[in-house]
Amino acid sequence: MTTIITPKIKISELNLSIDKQEILKNINVEIPENKITVLLGPSGCGKTTLLKTLNRLTDLYDNVKISGSVILDNEDILHTKSDITKIRQKMGLLSQRPYPLPMSIYGNISYGLKIKGVKKKKILDERVEHYLKEVNLWEEVRERLHHPASALSIGQQQRLCLARGLAVGPEIILADEPTSALDPLSSQAIEEMFLILKKNYTLVLVTHILRQAKRIADYVVFMYLGEVVEQGPAEEFFSSPKMERTKAYLKGAFN
Amino acid sequence: MIKKAEEIFFRILMIISTVAIAAALLLIIFSILYNGLPALSWEMISQIPKGGFYFGKEGGILNAIIGSLYLSVCSTLIALLIGLPVAMYMNVFMIKHRNTLNSVRFILDILWGIPSIVYGAFGFVIMIYFGLKTSLLAGIITVSLFIIPIMVRSMDEVLKTVPSGLLESSLSLGSTKTEISFKIFLRQCIPGIVTAVLLSFGRAIGDAASVLFTTGYTDSIPESLSDPAATLPLAIFFQLSSPVEEVRQRAFASAAVLTFVILLISIAARILSARYNRNKIKF
Amino acid sequence: MLASLILIIILPFFLAAGLYLKSILIINENHLQDLLFSDIWKPAENKFGFAPFIISSLWVSLSAIILAVPVCLLSSIYITQYAKSSVLKLMQPVIDILAGIPSVIFGVWGVLMIVPFSVKAAGWFNIHTTGYNIFSGALVLLVMIIPFILNILIEIFRMIPEELSEASLSLGATKWETIKYILLRKAFPGIVSAFGLGLSRAFGETIAVLMVVGNVIQIPHNIFDPGYPLPALIANNYGEMLSIPKYDSALMLAALILLAVILIFNFASRLLIMRFEKYS
Repeated sequence: MTTIITPKIKISELNLSIDKQEILKNINVEIPENKITVLLGPSGCGKTTLLKTLNRLTDLYDNVKISGSVILDNEDILHTKSDITKIRQKMGLLSQRPYPLPMSIYGNISYGLKIKGVKKKKILDERVEHYLKEVNLWEEVRERLHHPASALSIGQQQRLCLARGLAVGPEIILADEPTSALDPLSSQAIEEMFLILKKNYTLVLVTHILRQAKRIADYVVFMYLGEVVEQGPAEEFFSSPKMERTKAYLKGAFN
Repeated sequence: MIKKAEEIFFRILMIISTVAIAAALLLIIFSILYNGLPALSWEMISQIPKGGFYFGKEGGILNAIIGSLYLSVCSTLIALLIGLPVAMYMNVFMIKHRNTLNSVRFILDILWGIPSIVYGAFGFVIMIYFGLKTSLLAGIITVSLFIIPIMVRSMDEVLKTVPSGLLESSLSLGSTKTEISFKIFLRQCIPGIVTAVLLSFGRAIGDAASVLFTTGYTDSIPESLSDPAATLPLAIFFQLSSPVEEVRQRAFASAAVLTFVILLISIAARILSARYNRNKIKF
Repeated sequence: MLASLILIIILPFFLAAGLYLKSILIINENHLQDLLFSDIWKPAENKFGFAPFIISSLWVSLSAIILAVPVCLLSSIYITQYAKSSVLKLMQPVIDILAGIPSVIFGVWGVLMIVPFSVKAAGWFNIHTTGYNIFSGALVLLVMIIPFILNILIEIFRMIPEELSEASLSLGATKWETIKYILLRKAFPGIVSAFGLGLSRAFGETIAVLMVVGNVIQIPHNIFDPGYPLPALIANNYGEMLSIPKYDSALMLAALILLAVILIFNFASRLLIMRFEKYS
């Protein structure tokens, strides 16, 4: 296996169980910086849980047992004493369906900034415009910034959610099947945006769409039943998979 | 840090509120049993009051126990006979007409929200109209009206959970709609339906305002539907204000009996609904 | 089946019509304005002013709701957002049993514990009272409507998708900020209607309030004054209502007013809640 230049996140010996049911078993993954890492696998294989472990959204659930370590910038975020909200701000999250916050378009983008303590209206205005432009939404919504975000189309909402995540200045973007609720055009827009964003951000994308993975992945982690079956750079992974189960999956034997 | 302190402050308030609610329940049960249990004796529950319920020092609350049982059993039965078919109709025949069904549910919810005193006043209007006197019959009619919405709506909540695929698959087997509704629905929903019946029974036996005008009050045990009847809630209400200590004891004893009945119903409903959840077919 | 269904559907109209037919006598002979806003209640002299009763009803139920708002909100947030699921398992039976306790039992409890407490509480403000007053009525009502409101609130908070909290958390908000800025805002219509339903429940509650509220015909001026809510008026006077002319008609009008107020509150709250369900 080719060595990765700089791992942004290093996951070692991660085990996770909910109510004594093992969801993740002995996960060892290194996520490269400024690349798109795709977590691939059939639904129910634990890839979403792995994603949520990265920004500790797993804290929300009862009866979760986690062992192992997730190291981000020399800090084990599973066992850290530092403020979890600061760690979460290092990562933007994009979920399967867009969940706009129950406020205006402007409010959605400025929410995270206000939480961080940015109060000046001028700065907020500026940032809102900047990030809406970054996701190509500015022209579509500039006239109705103070309308409720729920009035946007699903595709626009998903881009808004992306902009909202970028606004808090993350280094990593976590995306959980972000195109599964979108029409083909909106999906394409999101994918194209990811390819641009990877210059400045590290992206982790969960998907079960093989073709999507082939289109944008730099590095692939294939998971099945809570375990990592195989991982490697995308080209290698798709052209010459090593494990039998990977081959079967790539042929479409199970989904 | 201020953020953190604020959160901790509110979390403490939250815990206090939650504990206070639980404490209120314990306090209520405790105060009723503390005053009621010493008043309970075999004489108390096996005799009717002697010398008038408001002043007579002798006797017990048998009149109220029997009266309440007659009243609530009869009205629960009537409500069941009317309510079950309605709930079935809603979930078998109306299932395709979403909007109508939702309007019906809406009206039922509104009916559920109308206070029992209004039903009582309405029962009184009917009574006058038909020239009835305060009687067991008038009480049964009023209480039935008052619990039918509760009965239908809680059964509806149970029947609603039966997946519509189940209904369709049986339809394709060729059985008639009526047969389906009885065989499948009942088998799957009986525990839930019994829970609904228990809930309605609890309402029927515990309500005072609806029987105040209609059932009247008496020291004796009713022998026919046209006799007035005593009920436990009114036995409590009337006798608690008596200046005579022995009479007040009868009120406390009645309160203890009523609380027992309600607690029993709650426990039974809980056990049943646990079973009901287990028996449900999972899709 | 269909016949029974239709019967039930038209029941509310029957209720209103029946009460209206009975109260038409008094509406025709006395001005509706006098009936609603006059505070002179002398049935024997043909003076029926409902103001003391309507205002007492408002006092008791509004005080109960004002007390219920923080308690129910805090507790429902705790149960749905902070507590382990075992707390809900413990609280659910508590709420259900509390909701099932008959009104008259609450009344007995009120007489035994709340009335003496009311005397003491009034003492802190140097007010002398028998303990049978608006304050006692409101406290008893509070405990009665809590399970009702709490059940709706818990349902509403659980309906909000978890992903919304996750979105807020991943933007760096703390759990409390998420609750304060996102969940409460999202749930706002639902919360309003929960308390609207609670208010209409409180408005119609009869026996328990009647047992502790004092039943003095006057317009109460503070919370330690006795009051005489509408339902209590109906319940207390059914005995004499056939002995004084038009008295029965007046009481049926009281029931009709009660019905109208409650229908309006119920209607508005339920429409709001349905909209909430649709858009969440």
